[in-house]
Amino acid sequence: MEPAQGIRLDHNYQLSLREFPYIIRWRDDRCKRCGRCTAVCPVKAIEPTVKVQRFVKSEGPVPTPTAVRNITHVVEQVTDMERYCTGCGTCTLVCPNEAIEPEFNPQNKFLHYKNKGGEGYKRGGRRNDPAISTLDRLKFTRISMLTDPALDAGRHEFRVRTLLGRILPPEELPLKITDGGLVVDNVNGKFIPPVREIYPIMIGSMSVGALSPPMWEGLAMGVAYLNEVERIPVVMCSGEGGMPPRLLKSKYLKYFIIQIASGYFGWDEIIHALPYMVEAPAAIEIKYGQGAKPGDGGLLMAQKVLKLIANIRGVPQFVDLASPPTHQTKYSIEEAVAKMIQSMSMAWGFRVPVYPKISGTKTARAVLNNLARNPYAAALSIDGEDGGTGAAYNVSMDKMGHPIASNLRECYLDLVKQGKQNELPLIAAGGIAKKGNLAANAAALIMLGASAVSIGKYIMQATADCFGDEYNRCNLCNTGKCPRGITTQDPKLYRRLDSDRVAERVVEVFKAADVELRKIFAPMGRSTELPIGMSDGLSIDDKAMAERLEISYAC
Amino acid sequence: MCRLAAITSNKYFSPMENILALETMKEGHDGSGLGLTLKDLGGEFEEFKGYPVMSGICSKEGIGVLDEFMDKHGFKLKHVWTPKIKKVKGVIPRDYYFARVYDYPAHYRNKPMHEKEDLLMNTRLALRKIGEPDESIFVFSFYPDVITLKEVGDPLQLGEFFGLDRNGLKAKVIFAQGRQNTNYQIYLYACHPFFIQGFCSMTNGENTAFVPIREFLMSRGFPGYMGYNSDSETFTHILHYTVRQLGFPLTYYKDVITPLKPSEIEQRKDSDALRLIKQSLRPLCIDGPNVVIGYTPDGACFMLHDSKKLRPGVVGGVKGKYALMSEECGLDSAIPKRDKSKDIFPMKYDMVIVSSQAEGVKVWNQLKG
Repeated sequence: MEPAQGIRLDHNYQLSLREFPYIIRWRDDRCKRCGRCTAVCPVKAIEPTVKVQRFVKSEGPVPTPTAVRNITHVVEQVTDMERYCTGCGTCTLVCPNEAIEPEFNPQNKFLHYKNKGGEGYKRGGRRNDPAISTLDRLKFTRISMLTDPALDAGRHEFRVRTLLGRILPPEELPLKITDGGLVVDNVNGKFIPPVREIYPIMIGSMSVGALSPPMWEGLAMGVAYLNEVERIPVVMCSGEGGMPPRLLKSKYLKYFIIQIASGYFGWDEIIHALPYMVEAPAAIEIKYGQGAKPGDGGLLMAQKVLKLIANIRGVPQFVDLASPPTHQTKYSIEEAVAKMIQSMSMAWGFRVPVYPKISGTKTARAVLNNLARNPYAAALSIDGEDGGTGAAYNVSMDKMGHPIASNLRECYLDLVKQGKQNELPLIAAGGIAKKGNLAANAAALIMLGASAVSIGKYIMQATADCFGDEYNRCNLCNTGKCPRGITTQDPKLYRRLDSDRVAERVVEVFKAADVELRKIFAPMGRSTELPIGMSDGLSIDDKAMAERLEISYAC
Repeated sequence: MCRLAAITSNKYFSPMENILALETMKEGHDGSGLGLTLKDLGGEFEEFKGYPVMSGICSKEGIGVLDEFMDKHGFKLKHVWTPKIKKVKGVIPRDYYFARVYDYPAHYRNKPMHEKEDLLMNTRLALRKIGEPDESIFVFSFYPDVITLKEVGDPLQLGEFFGLDRNGLKAKVIFAQGRQNTNYQIYLYACHPFFIQGFCSMTNGENTAFVPIREFLMSRGFPGYMGYNSDSETFTHILHYTVRQLGFPLTYYKDVITPLKPSEIEQRKDSDALRLIKQSLRPLCIDGPNVVIGYTPDGACFMLHDSKKLRPGVVGGVKGKYALMSEECGLDSAIPKRDKSKDIFPMKYDMVIVSSQAEGVKVWNQLKG
């Protein structure tokens, strides 16, 4: 073996590019050395550098090789794990000559090394699993043919709506017959819970703070437009962290679900705004868990807590805002959760549905059964493992949680056993439209028993071109350096994002999903009511999954 | 699509009238079965008005089991009717077709009708459970003044087979269905009309929302909500649930199975109640291209549609005799001498109700309430 003479040993501290998740492909012949790529890289994974190149030249009729040294400028990827290339591709986006792009390296050993200083890898995004999810394997196989003619999705009148709120069992309706008709007879003061008619696809909880001002504003404007102009009653959840005070006091509040979570951030402002509210919110969501990071609390990194956020949340600037993993008041579900639901109901005079959101878990049915016995619980939102987050440990995102399909299904069937399937609506979330199939995933979950579905990651991808994907691309949401300006509070970054354009895209996404839902429901002969629990409409190409979901197997 | 022929009259008439009406609608049924439900019985049953009649089919072994069961539970046999079977090509005769009149067990005789109804239904269900695995006992109905006949075959041939043209079986309300089999297997319990505790209905069109409706009904904790060999059985049970269990007036059946849009509900004077009903009974919206013809215990007959039903049924007749048919040719056969201009083709908001004893007909409009 050759001695290591003349070679500097790195004592195995230096990494080769092969260990990195993305390797920059830079083309010398195309690059005009403008420097845009290195300037825009959010993690400084590439840098301009100077190299000395040795050429052997020979001129004249007789070979006379001569060594020449040239000084040249190149773009180089650094091999520092703290500045790994996230594959976001912002460099490609700004390059005028298509001279640079990151390439996914499936052999990478990223997770082996991304723990410097004894700190586990933290990131944003969702579970890094690019496999086809159960939701995308579900097919709609009950097509109306001849015995019950299929409907014309373009011309037939469809009502794609759902109910959010506790629904009384028919036997308990306070009705009496007067003059041959039924009238409400509430002499006994029976509590008639508030119920909202909404669109079955909701925008899930993403906070002001986690999102940049133009992103949150864009979503909010899109939702208001859908309601006011398109008459599609889409609702959106605030996430934890309050809402802009002007919105709290506006008539548009009715399109928003306000979330309360374990940090209670923003609630001081909300409570103070209560006397000035002209509309009640669509609902109150009590967050007990999040599918992306079950059992973990919320976290807004200090670098994202700028003046606006600090004001809305009622906290000082530039401090880490950690929500505890559990509500400190939550001693037990029997007591504290019931009390919390009641307290929130009371704050709005029992005119607003209040429901908890939990992460997908094997214990979801225990929660469900408790809520089923609580007449004030308005729904249960279950967030599956493929849900997204702005910041969490990678291990929580990749390894913790429960897939939504079977979790939702077993909860629905549990309600069916008790005859309460129409009383307590189930909201399913986590990985809907992971591959872009929004309407199909939503319809499949509805047919498995969901009353509504909630989307988060998808709406950022579809409306603001979020780079994140299941190959750990980008996923910088936690750092405040979002190259798209979606999850940052840095004006230099978020000015890249146009809130009007986001709003336009929100409208386009929902209008397209509405058309696609009709294209699913029409051939199945459904147009008047949402086909909640119409499980005979579904099949899957895996026997074990079919058995677990209690649907048919088709191949 | 199944063909439906219902006739209601203030005079007793033969079920052959229904069968002949079905014959005119023959292109719409495929001979996969006939279901007949007779209410307000005449002929030999006229004297047993207050006593429950059990209708069904048994094998030779089954009848022994049935007798033993009924004895054990205190029912006393008062009268037996069996059709005089005439062998007809294409109809495979079973061992024993019957309509048997029983007297209630002694301790039930003075009980309220509600309790008697539950006893009769539970008895029917128990016998069904015993006889279904080996098909030794089929019981279609067990209720005062009601007979149900069901068999596989062409309706006209079955009429001949059962000797309905000569045995004097008569009633004032008769429902008949000529089956177009869409339930994958020909099975007697899948044949309309369906009957439960005085409520009866038959339907054509597929029930697209069958599974959620079935799950909702089965989770009501009412033992009679079972079976569902045909998706159409849910329509009968929704009728029973709405009127008997919830105590709603009949017209609310339409509001339950074909609910109005919120903007339409606002126009109704009972909008507050209707909004609650629509929410609480959301899973019972049939959302399919169906026509439903049914009757209630008081003898009122009705017809209604879902808006997706492209071709409406028809109701017509004269005072004292009305027919509710899936096709007009059936109506022409049943009541040829009528003012055709007064025939009613119910539209999506309409519920046509023919009052008891065929006194008259009215169209209830759902928008107006």
